[in-house]
Amino acid sequence: MTLNVLLAILVGGLFAMGIYLMLRRSIVKLIMGLALLGHGANLLIFTSGGLVRARAPLIEEGETIPSAPFADPLPQALILTAIVISFGVLAFMMVLVSRAYRAVGTDDTDEFTGTDH
Amino acid sequence: MNSTILQTATRYLLPLLLVVSLVIMLQGHNKPGGGFIGALIGAAGFALHGMAFGPKATRTALRVDLVWLMAAGLAMAIASGLFAVVEGSAFLTGQWGSVHVPGFGSIKVGTPLLFDIGVYCVVLGVVMSIVLALLEE
Amino acid sequence: MTLLPVLPILIPLCTACLGMLFYRSLRLQQWVSLFGAGALLVVSILLLVIVHRDGMIAVHSGSWAAPFGITLVADLFGAIMVLLGAITAAAVVVYSIASVDSIRKQYLYHPLVHVLMAGVCGAFLTGDIFNLYVCFEVLLLSSFVLLALGSERGQLEGAIKYVTLNLFSSAVFLSAVGILYGAVGTLNMADLSLKVAQAAQEGRDGPLTVVAMMFMIAFGIKSAVFPLFFWLPASYHTPPFAVSALFAGLLTKVGVYAMIRVFTLIFTHDVGFTHSILLWVAALTMITGVLGAASQGEFRRILSFHIVSQIGYMILGLALFTPLAIAGSIFYIMHHIIVKANLFLVAGVAHLIRGTSDLGRPGIVGVYASAPIVALLFMIPAMSLAGVPPLSGFWAKLILLRAAVDERAFLYVAIALLVGIMTLFSMTKIWAEAFWKSPGESADNENSHDDAPPAKPPRTPFTMLAPIAAMALLTVLIGLGAQPVFELAQRVTDDLLTPSRYIHTVLGSPDAAPSGDAP
Repeated sequence: MTLNVLLAILVGGLFAMGIYLMLRRSIVKLIMGLALLGHGANLLIFTSGGLVRARAPLIEEGETIPSAPFADPLPQALILTAIVISFGVLAFMMVLVSRAYRAVGTDDTDEFTGTDH
Repeated sequence: MNSTILQTATRYLLPLLLVVSLVIMLQGHNKPGGGFIGALIGAAGFALHGMAFGPKATRTALRVDLVWLMAAGLAMAIASGLFAVVEGSAFLTGQWGSVHVPGFGSIKVGTPLLFDIGVYCVVLGVVMSIVLALLEE
Repeated sequence: MTLLPVLPILIPLCTACLGMLFYRSLRLQQWVSLFGAGALLVVSILLLVIVHRDGMIAVHSGSWAAPFGITLVADLFGAIMVLLGAITAAAVVVYSIASVDSIRKQYLYHPLVHVLMAGVCGAFLTGDIFNLYVCFEVLLLSSFVLLALGSERGQLEGAIKYVTLNLFSSAVFLSAVGILYGAVGTLNMADLSLKVAQAAQEGRDGPLTVVAMMFMIAFGIKSAVFPLFFWLPASYHTPPFAVSALFAGLLTKVGVYAMIRVFTLIFTHDVGFTHSILLWVAALTMITGVLGAASQGEFRRILSFHIVSQIGYMILGLALFTPLAIAGSIFYIMHHIIVKANLFLVAGVAHLIRGTSDLGRPGIVGVYASAPIVALLFMIPAMSLAGVPPLSGFWAKLILLRAAVDERAFLYVAIALLVGIMTLFSMTKIWAEAFWKSPGESADNENSHDDAPPAKPPRTPFTMLAPIAAMALLTVLIGLGAQPVFELAQRVTDDLLTPSRYIHTVLGSPDAAPSGDAP
C-alpha cells in the first residue's frame, strides 16, 4: 500500500517536472520534458495495473485463468511497447531539434515564430 | 574524436557487444531479451565504433545498406505473420517446427523467432541511421 | 476471409518494404508506390462491399481469443474510413509523381507515405484501445518524418510544434489507457463497452468520467478542436503540397474517428455531461476556425483554419447524439476528407502556376486567365466546402442542421449557419484574389519583386490534374447521389448506436444473433 502511494507521488512528480520543462523556453528542455512525461505515463500504467508481489501469473493444472491475486503481466507488456515507441520518437526528436537549432540559430522557443503570423 | 584508447577498446568491445546482442535476441523467447533490446545493444556497439573511427568507417563496417536492412527486417516480420495465413489460421498465429542440430538434439523453431530477427534488423537499421545522421552533422 | 481485414494494414507495409528495397531507383520506387496505392484501393473497395453485404468481420490476430488478444474489427464505419483513406492516398501518390522533388523521394518519401497509411488503416480497423494507441504512434512517427523531410526552416519550426503537441496528446492517451485498464481490467473495446457500462451501473462512474475526459483531450488534440488546435495551422502549410493534402484529408479525421468510436461504444454512461462539453467544444471550434481563416492571407493557411472549423461540424453531430446527427457527422466526414484533400492539391497547382502561395498581389493572381480548368477544379471543392447545393457539403450541413433543429438546439443551428456563410466568404476571397483578379492590371509596379512569376506559367502536369479532377468528380457524385450515401451513413449510425452488434461480433454472442445486418 505504501508503495502505491509512493509511486502515485512519483508519477505526479514526473508529470509536473515534464510539464515544467516543456514550458521552459528551450527546445532541448522540451525534449527532456517530453521524455519525463512519457516515463510518468508508463509508471502510471504500472501503478494502476495493480502491484502484486511474488505471485507469478501461472495457470494451475486444469484451470484456464490464473487464480487471483497474481502479478498482471499485461501492464508490463504495454509499458514495454510504449517505451519502444517513445524511444523511436525521442531519437527522431533529437535529430529534429539539432536540425532546427541549425536552421533557426537558437534554441529559444520564442524565436520559432516563422510559421505563425 | 581521435582517441587511441577509445579506438583500441572499441576493437575489442564491438565484437563482444555484437555477440551479446545476438545471445540476448535468441534467448528472448523464454527469458528476458528479444529483438528490440538485442538490436539496441548491437547499435550501442556500432555507435561506439562511430564515435571512435567516424561515421564513414562505421558505414563500411556495417557492410549492409541500412535502408535494405530495415526493408529486410520488415519483410521478415510480415512473412512470419503470413506463414499462419498459408496454414489457414489468423494472421500472426505462431507456427512451430523442430530442427535437428547435431550436438544439441532437436530445437524448436517457430515464426516468433523470424519475427524477432525481423525486429532486430528494423531496430538496428533505424537506430543506426539516426545515430549516423547525428554523427555526420 | 480472415486475411481481408488485415490486408489494408499489410498492403501498405509490404509496399513500404518494397519501396525501401528499391530505394536507389526512383522510377522503380514510384511504380511500387503506385501499385501499392492501387492495391489498397481495390482491397478497401472489396472490404466495404463484403462488410456491407455480410456484416462486420472480426479477426483475432495470432488466434488469441477475443478479450485477450488484439482483435481487428472491420465494421461498416471502419470499412468506409479505410476506403476514404485509400482514395486520398491514391490521389496523393499520383499527385506526388510530378510535384514532390527527387531529393525527398530519395529520402524514402514514398515508403513513408505507405507506413503512414498502414497506421491510418490500423487505427480504423483495430478493436483494441492500446492497439489504437500503437497505430496512432505509427502514423504520427511517419507524419513527423514526412513533415520535416527537406529540412527547410519553416518545416522544422512547424514540425517542432506539431511533434510536441501530438506527443503530449499521446502521453495523455497512454495515461488514460493505463487508468482505464486499472479501473476495468480490459483493453478490448467490445469488452470495455460491457465492463464500463457494468461499472457505471455499480456506481463507479467517477473515475470513468475522468478517463473519458482524458480521452476527449487526447483525441481533441489529434483532431484539432478548440482550444487544442494551435499546432495545425502552424504546421500544415509548411511541407510539400502532396503531404499537406494527405495530412489535411486524413490525420485529423483519425482523431474524429477515434472520438466517435470511443464516445459511442465505450463512454455512453454519462452522456449528459460528456456530450454537452462536446457541444460547446464543437461550437467554439467552428467559430474560432472560421474566424482564424478570415484573418489569413495565404492559400494553405486559410485552408488549414477551415479544417479546424469543419472538425467542429463533425463533433457537433457526435455531441447532439441523436441518430440523425451522428449520420450527419458520418456524412460530413465522407464529404470532408475528399474535399479538403482536393483543395490542398489545387493549392499546389496554383503554387506551381504562380510560384507562391500568398493571395493577391504580389502573390497568386489571375489563375483563371491562364488556366481556366484549374479554376473550375478549385470551384467545385470550394463551393462544396461552403455548402452550396447540390454538392456534397450542402447535404452534410443540411443533415446536421436538421438534426440540430429536431433537438431544438437553435443556438447551434445559428452558429453552424453563420460559419457556413463565413466559409463561403473565405472561399470567395480565395477565388477573387487568386483566380479571378486579372494578372495584368498592376504588373508593372511589381518590379521590386525579384522572383516574379514567369510571364508564361509552366504547364500543369497531367498527373497533378488527374487526381484533382477525379476527386472533384467524386464530390459531385456524392452531391448528386446523396440518397445512397446518406443511407450508408444511417446504417453506420445504426451500428454505432447498437453496440451489442459490435460486442457480439467480437466476443461471440450467446444467442448467435447475426451481426450488423441492418434493415
